[in-house]
Amino acid sequence: MSRLEKLFLKKNKGILNIYFTAGFPELNTVMPIMEALQSGGADIIELGMPYSDPLADGPVIQQSSQVALANGMDLDNLFLQITNMRKAISIPVILMGYMNPVLQYGFEPFCAKAAASGVDGLILPDLPAHEFETIYAPVIKKYGLDMIFLVSPETSNERVMKLDALSSGFLYAVSSSSITGSSAVYSGFDAYIDRLLSLSLKNPVLVGFGISDKAGFQKATAKTNGGIIGSAFIKALSAGKDVKAATKAFVSSILQ
Amino acid sequence: MTKRFSEPDENGYYGSFGGAYIPEMLHRNVEELRTRYLDIMHEPEFQQEFQLLLKDYVGRPTPLYFAKRLSERYGWDIYLKREDLCHTGAHKINNTIGQILLAIRLGKKRIIAETGAGQHGVATATVCALKGMECVVFMGEKDIQRQAPNVARMKMLGAKVVPVTSGSRTLKDATNEAIREWINDPVDTHYIIGSVVGPHPYPDMVARFQSVISAEIRVQLKEKTGKELPDAVIACVGGGSNAAGAFYHFLDEKNVKLIAVEAAGLGVNSGSSAATTQLGTVGILHGSKSLLMQTRDGQIVEPHSISAGLDYPGIGPLHAHLFETARGIFLSATDEESLAGALELSRTEGIIPALETAHAIAVLSTLREKKVLDEEDRTLVICLSGRGDKDMNTYMEHL
Ligand SMILES: Cc1ncc(COP(=O)(O)O)c(C=O)c1O
Repeated sequence: MSRLEKLFLKKNKGILNIYFTAGFPELNTVMPIMEALQSGGADIIELGMPYSDPLADGPVIQQSSQVALANGMDLDNLFLQITNMRKAISIPVILMGYMNPVLQYGFEPFCAKAAASGVDGLILPDLPAHEFETIYAPVIKKYGLDMIFLVSPETSNERVMKLDALSSGFLYAVSSSSITGSSAVYSGFDAYIDRLLSLSLKNPVLVGFGISDKAGFQKATAKTNGGIIGSAFIKALSAGKDVKAATKAFVSSILQ
Repeated sequence: MTKRFSEPDENGYYGSFGGAYIPEMLHRNVEELRTRYLDIMHEPEFQQEFQLLLKDYVGRPTPLYFAKRLSERYGWDIYLKREDLCHTGAHKINNTIGQILLAIRLGKKRIIAETGAGQHGVATATVCALKGMECVVFMGEKDIQRQAPNVARMKMLGAKVVPVTSGSRTLKDATNEAIREWINDPVDTHYIIGSVVGPHPYPDMVARFQSVISAEIRVQLKEKTGKELPDAVIACVGGGSNAAGAFYHFLDEKNVKLIAVEAAGLGVNSGSSAATTQLGTVGILHGSKSLLMQTRDGQIVEPHSISAGLDYPGIGPLHAHLFETARGIFLSATDEESLAGALELSRTEGIIPALETAHAIAVLSTLREKKVLDEEDRTLVICLSGRGDKDMNTYMEHL
């Protein structure tokens, strides 16, 4: 059974998944932040692989990516930092990023390295379902990784079903039609979530994009299995000097 | 039936290039376009309105001009396809007319666009004014400075110009911001991409709208010379829309050499270049798989060209396929060579070209040395994609 499966068997409400960009704020802060997220009570870690042109991301994650790249982060360095992470981290870890750096690394070598490091799953927002099905799915399967697809308010029921079928681990429900870090309130949110949940999906649903505090997290997760926070945490990391302290303070601001 | 170069497969691939690598938030929009663009483009009523606007508003057909003095200088018969005489001063409007008519039929209320040189921005602002649509154009801060006259034109036409301060502050990041804006407002907004780039069906759609260029060249060349085909067609390539339009009806005519000219910037190996086919490798940018300039780690490299419209780290998937199959001949011209080309055309023919276009002129002097043409080749057509008004400041600095 996968780590994500085990997690959702044990706990299926209020799952807290926190995103941060690897290499931000410093090149070598990946492990300290992951450890603090785990001890603070996060349930899942989403580790962002920085990219020069992150199309689905707002200014906060864009900037953290630029800082990370300027710090010298790349996939070789990331795998170096997380190669022994399972000695310290027991919660699920997912890699999130864009297709181009993964393709340059080589899709199969990338999956092999991720799996060997104890990574549980991948989120690649610009990997099309068609290419996944026809080219990449067997590789993901071979290395026992979960592939997590995004759905948005504009995704039709038929397509939600299809993306749910292609996903394992959980389904990522983008909270509104927006890039990350948007604070706009989406009036159709409740109806959208009701629609998703009416489809008897095989995967748990986590809501992401635009959640910045405890109230937002509670609203997003009232009916779903949990939520994902990214930009707000990156902001907290930028403000604090000590990444471990900043991380613990942020997680408890959501959970307490 | 043999595969035609002009047509991607149903998933938008030209050979191994193309596709639609987009986040789910854009899926519905792109899928709607994919399933409807051909039907809409083939509606008689659409064609009628499109053709009428091309004729009476854009001023088509644009002349195919025999450049006598230039021909004498080089010893070939050189014809210039005068896209610089289109309304707004470049080929870009062929595409924006087509896309605005399409956007209206899709029920869209608002138009966004990216622009580098500002020609696509002006052409988009123009058709939005024509149709009474809201228009927002994303333009890199650096390009806002170097193409100031076009910024003024867009404002005059009622468009909102949003300065892009991220990354390279040029065309690449203007495109990123336009895509992000589309994600934020997918229902009411249509994104008019300005070149044969982006997710399928954009490369095919834009190529079809621009294909009027080569359709006219065929007819005009026959009228003027009795010849069915030129020996070579030359065009500059940023994303590749004027080249796609100028090549389109010759793609499957193996005897016509298709010469694409990229911007070499300070020199192909100077570290400041935009010669994508020479420096690029296979990757994904702005929604399609193509050739692009990137690091070993897959980060996009910031290109350089004196010409804002060619200052882009990728090329459209059709061109990547022409390169991959050697159907296209890819050359490049440096900043300096293109400035010389602009001066040459101005003083031999009395035509001041855009800096982008000047790259296509600049290779004339190297064709012999590079043995690009055959001995018996006589007839060359150059796509004169745009006029140089917007570049006068740059020209004056270098004169
Ligand atoms: C006059 C002119 N030619 C060429 C280009 C390059 O674009 P493309 O390669 O799509 O024709 C531009 C772009 O701004 C332009 O303004």
